[in-house]
Amino acid sequence: MKRWHCLLLVVLAVGACKREVRALRTDPPVADALNDVAPMANRINGRLPAVFIAKGSPYESNAYQLNQGKRLYDWFNCKGCHANGGGLSGPALTDGWWRYGPDAVSIFLSIRDGRPHGMPAFSSRLTTEQIWQLTGYVRTMGAYSAMTAAPSRNDEMQSRPSENRAPAATDLRMPPSR
Amino acid sequence: MTVWPHMWRILLWTAILLLSGGSSAQTPPAGAAADIDVGNVERITPRLAIATGQRGGLAGAPLVDHDRLFVVTSFPHSVMAIELARADAPVLWRYTPEANGMAAGLATRDLTTNGAALSNGRLFLNTFDGHTIALDAETGNVLWDVAMADVGRGETLLAAPLLAGGRVFIGNSGSDFGVRGWMAALDAASGRVLWKHYNTGPDADVGIGSGFASPYLPRDPDPGVASWPPDAWQQGGGGLAGAPIHDAAAGLLAYATGHPAPWNAEQRPGANYFTAGIFARDATTGDARWFTPINPHDLYGFGAEGSLIAADLRWQGQDRAVLLHPDANGMVYVLDRRSGKILSAKPFIDVNATEGVDLGSGTLHRNPAKATQVNSTTRDICPAWPGATGGTAQAAFAPASGLLYIPASRLCMDMEARQASFMPGTPYMGANLRAKAAHGARQRGALIAWDVLAGKPSWTIEEILPIESGVLATAGGVVFYGTLDGWFKAVDAGSGKPLWQFRAASGIIGQPVSFRRADGHQYIAVLSGVGGAAGAVARQEIDIRDATAARGYANAIRDLKPSPGAGGILYVFSLP
Repeated sequence: MKRWHCLLLVVLAVGACKREVRALRTDPPVADALNDVAPMANRINGRLPAVFIAKGSPYESNAYQLNQGKRLYDWFNCKGCHANGGGLSGPALTDGWWRYGPDAVSIFLSIRDGRPHGMPAFSSRLTTEQIWQLTGYVRTMGAYSAMTAAPSRNDEMQSRPSENRAPAATDLRMPPSR
Repeated sequence: MTVWPHMWRILLWTAILLLSGGSSAQTPPAGAAADIDVGNVERITPRLAIATGQRGGLAGAPLVDHDRLFVVTSFPHSVMAIELARADAPVLWRYTPEANGMAAGLATRDLTTNGAALSNGRLFLNTFDGHTIALDAETGNVLWDVAMADVGRGETLLAAPLLAGGRVFIGNSGSDFGVRGWMAALDAASGRVLWKHYNTGPDADVGIGSGFASPYLPRDPDPGVASWPPDAWQQGGGGLAGAPIHDAAAGLLAYATGHPAPWNAEQRPGANYFTAGIFARDATTGDARWFTPINPHDLYGFGAEGSLIAADLRWQGQDRAVLLHPDANGMVYVLDRRSGKILSAKPFIDVNATEGVDLGSGTLHRNPAKATQVNSTTRDICPAWPGATGGTAQAAFAPASGLLYIPASRLCMDMEARQASFMPGTPYMGANLRAKAAHGARQRGALIAWDVLAGKPSWTIEEILPIESGVLATAGGVVFYGTLDGWFKAVDAGSGKPLWQFRAASGIIGQPVSFRRADGHQYIAVLSGVGGAAGAVARQEIDIRDATAARGYANAIRDLKPSPGAGGILYVFSLP
């Protein structure tokens, strides 16, 4: 009986780890292929790279990848303009309104190539995979529906509902907890 | 023979104009023969309301030359010349310089211009994307156009140029992006750079020579290098903070320098000279005369924001040429204009981040409980970014009564310093900010009439929202100011009694001006168009559910959102 309990615990523990699959290094050909987005002529929306879907869209659904994106958001000075999603000289990222489209390809292009009204290009500063991680994170910030994965909790000032409390895009009326 | 008394009068007015500082230097003396006064101001009515066609924040003063009025709108700028002599006030010309759209992302205070300058039939403006342009005021034709700032590195031109002695003085902005601050003088006729000196770095770059003497700085060479970690001065910020002033009698140019970069102070141990202080230079050569640190090793991104006003006072029994400087840190500084010595520094609002200034050594005593720390949130720092006053909130001084009218905000903030990495063209900040009303009070703004000689407020008017507009004190004893929720108000300069108010289409962050037209009547003009830190909130591309939105400012003024929206309207008032 005791053995069965142990086994059950092991199975549960292993099952929980599924969320945390970490690909520590992407094969170079895959990393290259991740760059092959096919945007529309106006650089808004388009087709995801085939390899992105073949890999099972990890940058949208894997907690580790989202969490890497969250760290990059802090490290690469995104906060200086977009705050923690509330915006300043850059538009808010949590309000459900996107100047250049809400889908992953549009956001990937915004980060990689920049946008004409002040968004600098990060293609020379981030790898393609990092840009996808950041794209995935940015999309969780103001998600309308609960997502299958979320980055870990803040290790800094809590200024808004955390990502794992999605859907975030509801009207809270009250200031976030202090 | 009879010309001379007249000449002296002109010279006297010119001197008063130059010394009165700020944006008032570009406008006629406030009511040479006052006709709007305390008794009749309640009868003034709008004569004109002209849409500028822009939603951006409208800061700075409308400029007036005889019956022409000029307005510079926010980025992408356009300049309008309006003919006031005709009842329909037609737009004579409109000039729209070519704009580099990337600059729009650099407006971390949601502010892109602080106006222009007018001199001898020429209009001078700084564009936010880095050009200094001279226009023929008659036709709007470009006389010269010089690229002075590099938008790609985060460098912009925000302050209005200052015209004095045939020179155009300009300084850069971009301390939030780690841009190295500088000040330059251009030849007004050709746009040629006469001198350019940096606000950080080696003495040669800063313009420090034998003529430099500061009572508060170490005598070692290169303080602009030695007070920084190796090479940190190269991206150390310290751009121009607010409008410079020119003292014609002393040939002096004085200006405030911005905050050091990054905000995270642990990344830049040292006093971080010559950021966050008042710098005085020889206007002709650009050589440094003196520097007085105001917020050395700035912890809160204040810089030395706040108005600079030249005044001549009878200070403790002596006639003294002084500078009045209500600072973002919440204290009114009185400095000797010749030496930079701090004569007095007293708080005009509740302050807990600092505990006064030692007048002997110039040391700013900080409250250790409110020091910032990496990865740790310091709560309830008062005042909050962007400071107790400063930016578009320009004070006015009435020499006759000795009252300094300070538009103030009363906010506190929580701040957490974070490690920042320098990447040119991206914000070099490293801080999470969350502002709120001081001590939970509802009144977040105040107009304070500060008695300079007594060193205490004479009266205070509380406002619900921080005041971000400039103040105009007229010779008729009336003080005008505007609020973020769109009220343009007139109060009694002596008592603070409310006399008149007008609901504008949008919040006011501009500088009201008084002028006299050819018809002999006195007019008051003001630009309405909410902007500054509050503008982003009003224009609704901010999500106020994030308490750090707009650097935490949105959190403190969450109730502004339903108030009047964005707009860009010029109002002109007069007696009927």
